[in-house]
Amino acid sequence: MRDSILQVRDIHKSFGALKASDGITLDLKPGEIHALIGPNGAGKSTLIKQIAGGLKPDSGSVTFEGHEITGLSTAQRARLGLGRTFQISALPMGYTVLENAVLGAVGQSGSVFRFFKPAMKDPVLLGRARDALQRVGLDGLEDTITAELSHGQRRQLEVAVALTLAPKAFLMDEPMAGMGAEGSKELTGFLRALKTQAPILLVEHDMDAVFALADRISVLVYGKIIATGSVDDIRTNKDVREAYLGEEDTA
Amino acid sequence: MMRERHLNMIILALLVLVPAYALWADEPFTITLATRAVIFALAGVGLNLALGQGGLVSFGHAAYFGMGGYAMGILASHAQSYTPIMESPFLIEGTNSMPVIWLVAIITSALLALLIGALSLRTSGVYFIMVTLAFGQMFYYFTISWPAYGGEDGLSIYVRNQFPGLNTLDPIQFYGICFVILCLVLFLVNRLNKSPFGLALMGAHQNEERAVTVGINVNRLRLVAFVISGAITGLAGALFADLNRFVSPTMFSWQISGEIMIFIILGGVARLFGPVVGAALFILLEHVLGGLSEYWFVYLGAILLFVVLFAKGGIIGQLSKKESGHEG
Repeated sequence: MRDSILQVRDIHKSFGALKASDGITLDLKPGEIHALIGPNGAGKSTLIKQIAGGLKPDSGSVTFEGHEITGLSTAQRARLGLGRTFQISALPMGYTVLENAVLGAVGQSGSVFRFFKPAMKDPVLLGRARDALQRVGLDGLEDTITAELSHGQRRQLEVAVALTLAPKAFLMDEPMAGMGAEGSKELTGFLRALKTQAPILLVEHDMDAVFALADRISVLVYGKIIATGSVDDIRTNKDVREAYLGEEDTA
Repeated sequence: MMRERHLNMIILALLVLVPAYALWADEPFTITLATRAVIFALAGVGLNLALGQGGLVSFGHAAYFGMGGYAMGILASHAQSYTPIMESPFLIEGTNSMPVIWLVAIITSALLALLIGALSLRTSGVYFIMVTLAFGQMFYYFTISWPAYGGEDGLSIYVRNQFPGLNTLDPIQFYGICFVILCLVLFLVNRLNKSPFGLALMGAHQNEERAVTVGINVNRLRLVAFVISGAITGLAGALFADLNRFVSPTMFSWQISGEIMIFIILGGVARLFGPVVGAALFILLEHVLGGLSEYWFVYLGAILLFVVLFAKGGIIGQLSKKESGHEG
């Protein structure tokens, strides 16, 4: 197995008496989808923030492609190639689909401090943006205002914006949330194709999707990873069934 | 989209035709009013960059307006009295050359905006409004208590400053200077709005989290916007001082900050020509209503309330189709 792209080593984070991250170690290997599941309040969001930036662990480290990124800002991590999508679409709603994708390209290319040449006429930025939109299948909707997109289309646009960063790893927070069965199925197929470009750390509630997609699954309960393994390992793991899957039989 | 552009052309045409008519009808006072409107518009275009495009509600832009005003006042008063501003460690003399004064006004107000922005951009929301207001008031009280340049009474400059090849004391020629500067700044701000910088600035205003996750350093982005914004308002301050041939601490007062904000809200937040229309309407109301009653601000307040409650996007927003102001 090749080296991990993203490594989380023994991260601790407490809020008062609450141990939100209690010695979490986790890695993401090339070409895989690594799903992170856990009941509400297990500390998934806290962990994501420590990986993507915005929250500094009390101890432990996060390494991305061999660089320690624990002390870097969210923007710096993004420029290194950490592509993130949000649970609730975080997109400038007044922008067109193309403008949103170009914004991603602007951030990636570091051309933020160019004041005179129109961004929407820059062939490099446009090329990158259009490529990304085409990959997620939004190329017909370039001029649509983002606020007018359906829920599923916004999700696709989130992924497209992340793609403009030419990411080395994706960090996806519940991409299936609020999607219909049809959309969920479509996105599952898309993510399966996407992982060959860059591995995906997937936080997801939709168990069907997780079991269908994930190469590995880690289960987070009360700030601790109680199990990591293949779909079958997790399905049959006694601790996991007790702590998380409980009475609801998802298989 | 097209209609807003047409509307902008009509506004520019009016800014040419009204003073031209006043010249023909020999009404120099109207030209002076138009000059006031154009200068206020310029101050508003400056604030609009921070407030409209950037979402940074600065209630202290009088600081830059006043800074520009005092840059002019200090330089011109020394030129007028033939005394140097300082002799050691090196000699700095006053000047009555407009281009030099403008340059000094732009640089000093940009530096001031850099300082104030670096401190106040750590806060957001109501705190940002209060911190910027506090900085503006600091300068107001400082100039009141600083006797070297007139203190509370301000500074009179007896002759308008010079611009090569023009007679600046002729109202229409001075109007021409101000109008050309406004057009130039509008052109540059329009380019800026469409540039990667503008896209990022307005994107961060709509969704900060997104801007950060695509790798944009939002703090630096906003600070740069704030500095450019302050510099433009500072340039307007220098022109305003030259129009009145007088500077006083009033230029630093929070009322000025509020008025500049009113231009933007009346005309249309984040619209390129919003502050232009707003400033023109403000001057018109001040002249017409001010002639009727001393309490004309009551009527202005009512109009402002109406615009805020019922006319989203201000006058430009009502007269043109599109809601969002970033395309033109």
